[in-house]
Amino acid sequence: MSWVTFFQQLMNGISVGSLYALLAIGYTLVYGILGLINFAHSDVFMLGTYFAFFMMVIFLLPWWLSVLIGVALCAVVGMSIERVAYRPLRNAPRISALITAVGVSFFIENFGLVTVGARPKGFPRPDLMKNVYVLLGARIQGVTFWVPVISILILFVLFSIVYRTKIGIAMRAVSKDMETTRLMGVDVDRIILYTFALGSALAGIGGVLWACKYPQINPLMGIFPGWKAFTAAVVGGVGNVVGAMLGGFIIGLAEILIVAFFPGLTGYRDAFVFTILIVFLLVRPGGLMGEAVREKV
Amino acid sequence: MTAEKISARCRLFLTVLLFGLLMLGVVLAERYLNAYLIRILNTACIYVVAAVAYNLVNGVTGQFSLGPNAFMAIGGYTVALLMLPLAQKREVYFLQPLIWPLNAFSFPPSLFIVALFLGGLLAALFALLIGIPTLRLRGDYLAIATFGFGEIVIVLANNLIPITNGALGIKGIPEYTNLWWTANWAFWTVFVVKNLVNSSFGRALKAIRENEIAAEAMGVNLFRHKLLAFVLSGFFAGVAGGLFVTLISTVSPTLFTFSMTFNLLIIIVLGGLGSITGSTVTAILFAFLQELLREVEAPHTIGSWTFPGIPGMRMVVFSVILVVLMIFYRRGLFGQRELSFEDVLYLLFGRKARA
Repeated sequence: MSWVTFFQQLMNGISVGSLYALLAIGYTLVYGILGLINFAHSDVFMLGTYFAFFMMVIFLLPWWLSVLIGVALCAVVGMSIERVAYRPLRNAPRISALITAVGVSFFIENFGLVTVGARPKGFPRPDLMKNVYVLLGARIQGVTFWVPVISILILFVLFSIVYRTKIGIAMRAVSKDMETTRLMGVDVDRIILYTFALGSALAGIGGVLWACKYPQINPLMGIFPGWKAFTAAVVGGVGNVVGAMLGGFIIGLAEILIVAFFPGLTGYRDAFVFTILIVFLLVRPGGLMGEAVREKV
Repeated sequence: MTAEKISARCRLFLTVLLFGLLMLGVVLAERYLNAYLIRILNTACIYVVAAVAYNLVNGVTGQFSLGPNAFMAIGGYTVALLMLPLAQKREVYFLQPLIWPLNAFSFPPSLFIVALFLGGLLAALFALLIGIPTLRLRGDYLAIATFGFGEIVIVLANNLIPITNGALGIKGIPEYTNLWWTANWAFWTVFVVKNLVNSSFGRALKAIRENEIAAEAMGVNLFRHKLLAFVLSGFFAGVAGGLFVTLISTVSPTLFTFSMTFNLLIIIVLGGLGSITGSTVTAILFAFLQELLREVEAPHTIGSWTFPGIPGMRMVVFSVILVVLMIFYRRGLFGQRELSFEDVLYLLFGRKARA
C-alpha cells in the first residue's frame, strides 16, 4: 500500500471514528446516569438525517438552517422519549427499562418504515462536503476532511459543557450518586432531561454528518452505527466521556484500516467490530479509561 | 390459591395424562382441522419452544439477552443444510457451489431428529462462546453482545455464499415438520424448563434475578448458573429455528431478523417475565393474533371507501404494545405465577383433590 492510499484511508478512518465518537458520547452520558442502554439513541441519529432532509427538500431551507432545526428536533425527541418512556420506569427493575428502550427503538424504526418507506433517499450534500482537496499529495473528499474538524469542534463545546458549566457538574454528580445529588438541592429530573437533550443533539449532528459521508438514508440506517458506537463506549469504558471519544476513534480507525489492508474482508467489516467487543470484554472489561469498580458484597 | 401438594407419583401420572391428551389433540387436529389452522398451530408450538427458552434467560434469570433470532438462524441453517436433498443442493447453489463436506451428504428423513439436535447443539455452542465473555461481567454486556451477534449472523448469512447461498437463501427444504414434531417439542421444552426451574438450580436462577449480590453471598456461582441457563436457552432456540425452517421449507437471512427476537420479547413480557405458563399461553395467543393483524396490513374496502393496506403496521402496533405494557402492566398476564397441577385439580374438584 502506498503512502498516499494509506493517508487517505487514515483520514477516512478518523472521520468515521469521529462520528462514532459523537454517537458514543450520547450512549455513555445516559448509561452513566441511568445505567440504561438507550437503544433508541441510534434511531434519534437516523431521525436527525430525516429532519434535515425534509427541511431541505420540502421546506427548501438552506442546509445550515435545516441542520440546526434537525438537531433541535432531535433534542426534543430525545427529551420526549425520556419523559414518556423512561421516567415512569426509573425505579422499576433494570430489565424493564431495557425492554422499554428496545420497544421505543423498534417503534421509531418501524414508524419510519411505514411513513417514509424502506427505499433509501439521496441526502443532498452542501458543496463544502463534495469538494475534493489535495492534502499531502492525497486526494481527500471535503466530507472526509470536514467531518472530523466539525466533530472535534463539537466535542470541544461538549467538554466545556460537561466540565465547566453548572449543568455539567450536576450531570456528573447525578451519575456518581443520584440520591445524594437530589439531597443537595439539584433537580435530578431536569438534569436527566438535559442529558437526553445533549446526547440526542449530538446524535442528530452525527446523523447529518454521517449522511454527508454516506448520502443514502433509510429508516434502518442507525442500527449498525449505533451498535458500533455503543461498542466504542464499552471499549473506552462505559460511562466515561473521554473514553467514549477515544473508543469511537479506535473503532472507526480499526474498521477502516482492516478493510484497507485486507480488501477481501469487506463484507465482514461488522463482524470485525464484534470481535473487538468480545476481545475487550475478555481482556479489559472496564474499558480503556474505565475505573475497575469492584462491587462490594 | 393454596392447593395441597400432590405426591411425585401422582405428578408423574398427571404429566403422562397431559401428554396423552396433547397427543390426542394432535390426532384430532390432524384429522379435522384445515391446513391453514394446522399451520397456525405449528407456528404456535414453535413459538412456545422459542419463548419458553427465551424466558429462561430473560424472565427466570433476569439477564437481558437479545439473541434468540441469531440462535434460531444458526439452528435453522444447520437443519436446512443437513436435510436438503443432494439434487436440491446442486440446484440451489448456482452462484457458488456448496463447500465440501456439506455437498457430499444429506440426511435421510429418519435422521430429522438428529439434525434438530445438531442444530440445537450448534446454537448452544455459539451461546457458550458469547456467554463466556459477557456473563462473567455485571451489567448489560449480554444485551449489547447478543444484539450485535444477532445483526452479525444476518450479515454472515448474506456474505458466506458458499454455505448459506447469500441473500437468495435455501429453497425446497423438505417439509418434515408437522404437528407431531412441534407439539412434542413444545411439550418437552416446557417439561424440561419447568423441572429445571423447580429444582435447586432454578431457585438459584431466581435468586440471581432478584439480587445478584445476595445470591452470590448465599454461595450461588453466578457465572456458571447464568451460563448454563443461557446455553440451554440457545439449544432450544436452535431447535425452534430448525423446526421453523422445515415448516416453511425455505430459509433466508430475512427470516431471522431482529423482528423475531422482538416477537418473542412481546410474548414473554405479555405472559409475565418468569412465568412458563405465561410464555406458553401468550405464545399460542400470539400466533393467532399475528394472523389477525395480517388483516390490518391488507387493503380494506368499507362501502365505497378503499383503505390501502399498510405493510409493516403490525410491527408499529407491537412496539407500542410493548412500551405500554412495560409502563402500565409490567407484571403481564401471569406475573411470576405458574399454573400447576395442584391449581388445576383445585379448580376442577375443589378442596377434596388428594392423591
